[in-house]
Amino acid sequence: MASETLTLHNNGHEVSYLDYQGKHKGLLGWLLSTDHKRIGILYMIGVLSFFAVGVTLGFLIRLELLTPQGTIVGPQAYNEFFTVHGIIMIFIVVIPVIPAVFGNFFLPIMLGAKDVAFPRINLLTWYLYIIGGVLILLSLVLPGGAADTGWTFYVPYSVRTGTNMIFTLTAVFIIGFSSILTGLNFLTTIHRMRAPGMDWFKMPLFAWSLYATSWIQVIVTPIVGITLLMVIVERVFHVGIFDPTLGGDPLLFQHMFWMYSHPAVYIIIVPAMGVISEIIPVFSQRTIFGYKFIAYSSLGIAVFGSLVWAHHMFATGMSDTAEFVFSLLTFLVAIPSAIKVFNWTATLYKGSIKLEAPMLYALAFIFLFSIGGLTGIIQGALNVDLYLTDTYFIVGHIHYVVFGGTGFGLFAALHYWLPKMFGRMYNKKVAKVAFWIVFIGFNVLYFPFFILGWMGMPRRSYHYLPQFQLYHVIATVGSWILVLGLLIMMVNLLVSLIKGKKITENNIWGGETLEWKVSTPPTVENFEEIPEVFDGPYEYKQNEYASMEEEVK
Amino acid sequence: MTTQEHAVEQVHRDDIRSKMGMWLFLFSELLLFGGLFFMYSVYRFMHQQDFSIASKEMNTFLGTLNTVILLTSSLTMALSIAAIQRGKKALSIFLQIVTILFGLAFMVNKVIEWSHEFAEGNFPGSASLANRPPGQILYFGLYYSMVGLHGLHVLVGMTVIGFMTVFTIRGKITQDNYVKLEAAGLYWHLVDIIWIFLFPLFYLIT
Amino acid sequence: MEEAKEHSKHAHGYGIYVLVWLALVTLTGLTAAVAGINFGKLSIVVAIIIAVIKSYLVLTEFMHLKTEQRTFKAFIFVALFFIIISLALLFSDYSFYVR
Ligand code: HEM
Ligand SMILES: [Cu+2]
Repeated sequence: MASETLTLHNNGHEVSYLDYQGKHKGLLGWLLSTDHKRIGILYMIGVLSFFAVGVTLGFLIRLELLTPQGTIVGPQAYNEFFTVHGIIMIFIVVIPVIPAVFGNFFLPIMLGAKDVAFPRINLLTWYLYIIGGVLILLSLVLPGGAADTGWTFYVPYSVRTGTNMIFTLTAVFIIGFSSILTGLNFLTTIHRMRAPGMDWFKMPLFAWSLYATSWIQVIVTPIVGITLLMVIVERVFHVGIFDPTLGGDPLLFQHMFWMYSHPAVYIIIVPAMGVISEIIPVFSQRTIFGYKFIAYSSLGIAVFGSLVWAHHMFATGMSDTAEFVFSLLTFLVAIPSAIKVFNWTATLYKGSIKLEAPMLYALAFIFLFSIGGLTGIIQGALNVDLYLTDTYFIVGHIHYVVFGGTGFGLFAALHYWLPKMFGRMYNKKVAKVAFWIVFIGFNVLYFPFFILGWMGMPRRSYHYLPQFQLYHVIATVGSWILVLGLLIMMVNLLVSLIKGKKITENNIWGGETLEWKVSTPPTVENFEEIPEVFDGPYEYKQNEYASMEEEVK
Repeated sequence: MTTQEHAVEQVHRDDIRSKMGMWLFLFSELLLFGGLFFMYSVYRFMHQQDFSIASKEMNTFLGTLNTVILLTSSLTMALSIAAIQRGKKALSIFLQIVTILFGLAFMVNKVIEWSHEFAEGNFPGSASLANRPPGQILYFGLYYSMVGLHGLHVLVGMTVIGFMTVFTIRGKITQDNYVKLEAAGLYWHLVDIIWIFLFPLFYLIT
Repeated sequence: MEEAKEHSKHAHGYGIYVLVWLALVTLTGLTAAVAGINFGKLSIVVAIIIAVIKSYLVLTEFMHLKTEQRTFKAFIFVALFFIIISLALLFSDYSFYVR
């Protein structure tokens, strides 16, 4: 411990975290590093790899649906494909991605701290995460087959199916644990480690969004954890909990599952909203409009988002009272999200907008998320939902919110922060071309889902009626365009890490938050001296920031 | 906050930070059990009669005894912190060991109880249990899950306190650096609180 | 040595702990005794109230919440708030269910 601190003091100020040589060298220097920046990169490698697997599965699903009968795989394989696709995308891609990658890397820097509150726990979360992810991949290849229940694991099927459920459930449980620990770490970091002068309302909005998200993570993740654990227990020991033959109420499982999984959609989207709130003011060179509203609306989402879970159960025969209450609350929860969209648009208004790649993705986020959100409101209406539930309309909604939201938020963040993280710039032209291909592919792929759903095409269905084929073909073609765009984007980013133009200036985009005050790439210790903060994060009058006197020992 | 305070925090250890982490962890533990309590309340509401009948089979004496044991272990745990605060290392170590022993006694009682239940055929998956009315199957399902998970926490707690005892002996936990012990204590008390609820909910249904 | 001072300020007395323990054991006896009496639907309420009092004692005294930061108390409030509201919403289904 002592020697480590010593080395830090020797070169921690000047050396980039990428070149730093600590106790361990080479690969171990990464795998055992407790530096929040290195852990962020580790997460980035993990998440993007899983994302690639998820996209491949999605691509195969689409290929299968090219024709109304079997095209490339059998029905059982199809069921496993969409289940694992859902599990990977939800639990190991979009839930962790923004907090674990960009939160880890930038939260401490934005707050003016040298690391997160519990660096070692931080590293532990990464290992838990990888173990969980690998378990899920294993379930795909081991005999017995991957989970085929859909990512929702509904009982009684999940208690009875012969596939490798226990693997999958354990994996989700472990990943949940990792997520709780990350949340706990961020909450403590935000409470205890802000730089002098940075009071709550001088925090960047990204930090606010992580704060709200972390609360949701800490509070609701244990609920799904215990619920899935009970399914395991029920499978292994035949303890009566959810299985109706043992007296259980399968709907209770659905309640418990959605008690987490609805708030989880806010774990998914709120950090992405935080990214957007960073990017919009920078690329319109304007103070963000309604800072406090945006900050509070994150908290509002966290609170109200936890109270609407049963809108996933409108068609299950809940009591009428519950149907009414949850429908009403669902309409309310749209308000905080709408507040954000209004504030972003107001910021854009009369700003001098620079259409760089991050900004393009951010604008696409607003557009796609609005479509996703509005279709959500449609489904929140009881009578309409009874018709739309379990159709492709839902699948369209999921993808517009989750992929159009968090997916595009991720791409925006990559284009915004990657140059800072590695000190190299990607090819901006290619980035813009890739954006347009992704954007067009996305809409060609997912918009037909709304039409299909409206026509009555059921989700999770291997066969379909011939009259749906036209839209399925369009969607499949869309998936090819989308995958092409994603490939171009990723290759462009990867190539830039090796061959990209070197960047030495600190402030690449003209941002006002603290990460743009430190060197590119940041040094091991982030700051030579802990800065003192006087202004809010988005004040574009002049650069009034001042790094202050010697810190008191 | 003033600059000075903050600067000090950045460099030195920050006990409040550690405790805050621990409290947040306790919340997630609380909600882990919270989920089970949700299930319990729903099923008890649906099957009041069956729950009451099944709970009559519990050994109330052992349950009460175990409650007292666990409460007392909480006392010794709290006292061990008070001792270290006063620099009384030996006393603190002694009290920590007593706490572990109480935990052990609790577990022994549990084993006795469970083996009794198992001997009567009331174990998960058994034929005689499966033939009972749904409410009673659920009661025992919840009983084994909740009490079992709690037992697991007692074991973890004992292990953690064991480590603390070693740390205290080795001088890593001292009069002015005992936040680890405090955190372990917090965990132990939470386990106690959960039992405070489990006890009436499973043993004392009228 | 600012910090040491900070701590001694919060040093807790042995006596109060023993008192709390006595109260806890008494309350345990009380629940067990009261369980013999049939209050009908109220019995569960009585049991829960006693359990809440006991938890309160453990939280404030053994877990030092009394002398702890305001933030921690707020945290507890958040957790309790969530549990209570969720339970209420859950029962908006189960109180009226006709399955
Ligand atoms: C190239 C990218 C993608 C393609 C081609 C794709 C395709 C699909 C298709 C066709 C379905 C419907 C399966 C069915 O109901 O039969 C589906 C479901 C789903 N997708 Fe994607 N998707 C992609 C990316 C994503 C992303 C980024 C997410 C992020 C969360 C995601 C999450 C989900 C979820 C949660 C479901 C529901 C699974 C279920 O119903 O069990 N997908 N996807
Ligand atoms: Cu929802």
